[in-house]
Amino acid sequence: MTPKTAIDARDELAGGASVEEYVLSLLERIRERDRTINSFITVCEASAIEAAKALDRKRGRGEKLGPLFGIPVAVKDNICTIGIRTTCGSRMLENFVPPYDATVIKRIKEADAIVIGKTNMDEFAMGSSTENSYFGPTRNPLDPTRVPGGSSGGSAAAVAGGFAPLALGADTGGSIRCPASFCSIVGLKPTYGAVSRYGLISYANSLEQIGPMASNVDDCELLFNVIRGYDPRDNTSLPQGRIEAKEGKLRIGVPKEFFMEGVQEAVGVHVRKFLDKMSGVFEIGEISLPSLAYALPAYYIIAMSEASSNLARYDGIRYGLRGEDGGDWNETYCNNRGIGFGREVKRRIILGTFALSAGYRNRYYIRAQKIRTLIREDLGRAFKEFDLIAGPTMPVLPFKIGEKLDPLEIYMCDIETVPANLAGTPAISIPCGMANGLPVGLQLMAPPFGEGLLFRAGRIIEELA
Amino acid sequence: MGGEAGEERIKIGLEIHCQLTNLRTKLFCGCPADYRGSPPNTHICPICMGLPGTLPSPNKRAIEDGVAVAIALNSEISRRMTFFRKNYFYPDLPKNFQISQYDGGGGVPLARGGYLDIEGGKRIRIRRIQIEEDPAKLVHEGTIGDSAATLVDNNRAGVALLEIVTEPDIEDPREARAFLEKLRGILECLGVSNGELEGAMRCDANISIGGGTRVEIKNISSFKEVERALAFEITRQRQLLARGIGVRRETRHWDEVRRITVSLRAKEEEEDYRYFPEPDIVPIEISEDFIESVRRRMPELPDQRKERYMREFGLQEHNAELISSNNALWRLFEECVKMGGDPIEVSNWLVGDLISFTRELGMELTDPRVSPRKIVELVNLIRSGAISTKIAKDVLMESLRGDESPEEIVRRRGLLKISDESLLRGIVEEVFRENEGAVKEALRDEDVVNFLIGQVMRKTRGKADPKLTYELVKRNLERIAHGEGPSA
Repeated sequence: MTPKTAIDARDELAGGASVEEYVLSLLERIRERDRTINSFITVCEASAIEAAKALDRKRGRGEKLGPLFGIPVAVKDNICTIGIRTTCGSRMLENFVPPYDATVIKRIKEADAIVIGKTNMDEFAMGSSTENSYFGPTRNPLDPTRVPGGSSGGSAAAVAGGFAPLALGADTGGSIRCPASFCSIVGLKPTYGAVSRYGLISYANSLEQIGPMASNVDDCELLFNVIRGYDPRDNTSLPQGRIEAKEGKLRIGVPKEFFMEGVQEAVGVHVRKFLDKMSGVFEIGEISLPSLAYALPAYYIIAMSEASSNLARYDGIRYGLRGEDGGDWNETYCNNRGIGFGREVKRRIILGTFALSAGYRNRYYIRAQKIRTLIREDLGRAFKEFDLIAGPTMPVLPFKIGEKLDPLEIYMCDIETVPANLAGTPAISIPCGMANGLPVGLQLMAPPFGEGLLFRAGRIIEELA
Repeated sequence: MGGEAGEERIKIGLEIHCQLTNLRTKLFCGCPADYRGSPPNTHICPICMGLPGTLPSPNKRAIEDGVAVAIALNSEISRRMTFFRKNYFYPDLPKNFQISQYDGGGGVPLARGGYLDIEGGKRIRIRRIQIEEDPAKLVHEGTIGDSAATLVDNNRAGVALLEIVTEPDIEDPREARAFLEKLRGILECLGVSNGELEGAMRCDANISIGGGTRVEIKNISSFKEVERALAFEITRQRQLLARGIGVRRETRHWDEVRRITVSLRAKEEEEDYRYFPEPDIVPIEISEDFIESVRRRMPELPDQRKERYMREFGLQEHNAELISSNNALWRLFEECVKMGGDPIEVSNWLVGDLISFTRELGMELTDPRVSPRKIVELVNLIRSGAISTKIAKDVLMESLRGDESPEEIVRRRGLLKISDESLLRGIVEEVFRENEGAVKEALRDEDVVNFLIGQVMRKTRGKADPKLTYELVKRNLERIAHGEGPSA
């Protein structure tokens, strides 16, 4: 059985094809090819086979089947899975086995999906290339010398590599859209509050959302519809809304700021050309959103500030890596954290601690929050005029592993994606062709709860690409 | 300043942490809030243990309780409050930050302002009231100094705490204690916190003398200790000032065993808590309707009760204050009145002998032997003239000791007052016959009259009606003075 999409697979499996055989074939493929790609930190071989058998029996009993019947899902390793270690790509949590399932995991299981494995990621989701993992870098299945993007690089590579038709990622500043773009798949960062964060190991709580990744828009929507919904366990989750556009052509605004500093020429030219191609089907207009120029620094200050507090709990006492005891509690903490965290994580904790400190708080954290408000307002105004906002997902093409060593260069990669996180709006990355033989993603942003618009436009773009 | 420093103004502010002990669950998870007596680390879950990926869900009942306290303390309740993170590393914090509230940096605590009037009408202003989570409990074998390890019991971690901060309006340690006791009465009356439970109410204090440097004292476990710690600190600071040494701005720790404060850290070493809004909890709207619904369900508060006792029953302020602020006492009082006891008489017995007798017997006022029926019977026996006040005290004491009611005791021991004039007249005559010398003296010396009365009391073992006895003795003496026979 070699279905093209998750929906096809589900229909075949629900129609009688063996779930167990399907899962075994994917596990076989993972065994063969993932040694190179390294998209998984943990492959859940035994539990996936067991779940597959149970689903075959369920179908045999003639029970009602879930919308993800028999579909293996690759899950980013910062989403808690009961009984399956959840490492966050960190030595700190190398052996952490959560005693509970994240809400999204409960939902996909209830929909008859199968967790096939836990995917590689930048440590604590801090990175845009999946090179900052304690478990080694993930390679791009389209070109194994290149990065898959990040931080949900393992999830994107699992889908692009054909290891799983669907994946869950999490997006704090572009962590779903960036690898979706680099691996030429579809990835959605939902509206803030649309998907429960319960069980997502926090990097920057006020910015991040769990979201679906798939090879096409329909599959992405399928998974989104399973995981979305209000959850009383997440105080920031929202009752679900839905935005409909007017009849006729969708109006798309293209901010000129999305094509300025830091955008590779090949990318800019390609996306401009693609937008021209779209102009027959959409109504496209140029706009200016000056506050976007400050989005990146504001994003990093807020993310690092929250991270410095979120990651304080990893002291090695109740769980996680514990080094040698000795000295007082303070020394023990320093020791555990010193060996448990990687360089980038330490850098962000230190910078975030600084940004929140007395005397600097107003200059950094508070000012970043003000910029955040401005960006939200600017986007809100733009959405009065346009149904969607478009631009390149990534300012650069997938780069070589080890090519970008300067952290600032890596931070610059998020310049197109962070506004959606700051504003809490949904955004999707959809493949829009190749430049210099490498994939380019188009990013579409919609007003809060405008996911339906993104999928509708996304399907048209898929046709065009 | 120096020498006999006694006139300079002392300013004390208190920061009280009280657990909302009557909540079923902790502040942000479903673990049982009542951890006392449970084995360590049995009331825990992924949320209160701060496991990766968990999120807090605010307990709505805790907010209701907080609102009730804010109403009782006349505070202004915020319409939209926020939780903030207080960041610091310490082994008692599972997340290494505490979810708290912050009055600054855009933070809005549950309530601001307000006041509480203590005995004598002194008003202590409230600065703010906020909700936060209790840290875990650190346990040491022996003392912190010689324990091999620090053990962490997370059962307490995440229990809801109310922090009440006063303005520095308190001027001596006794007032501090009076304030705390009154506050505890209110919290108990509202049914939000049981201050009797160990560690349920804890207090830090700020103190400065003569507008000088402020010193903070931490780790005060009970109200008695607050009074002691403050008294010690006043003496310490006065001695420093007397010797011309400045008081250092610092945080001190109250050592209960040695009964001294010791320096914990200087102000410069104070931690920077890096407060910022808790991103996992959205701001909480507190509507007028919500506040009204809490207000409607609130029981009568001690001050309201005191006013009512004075107005309805004509109680003296002192009695009304004492009874209304003690839950056991006012319940007893109201039962007695309901059973027909005279309110003023009942209040006098409660405030006077009942309190001292129960204390003497080491009994709680809630002991079933302290029944309203006993008080009412006692008051009625006195009212009807059946027993004297003096005998009533004995009867009360005996009644408290056992199960017998005052009427039963009086009957069994034959303590009814002798008010029968003919019976008493015979006894008076007997005393006159037996004490001829004294009788003669009594004609000139009023003091000796009392001796004669005393003899009558002795013969009747105190049961003689004192008023009638006095009259009969006087009458007999008058007759003798007028040359008549001793008896008319």
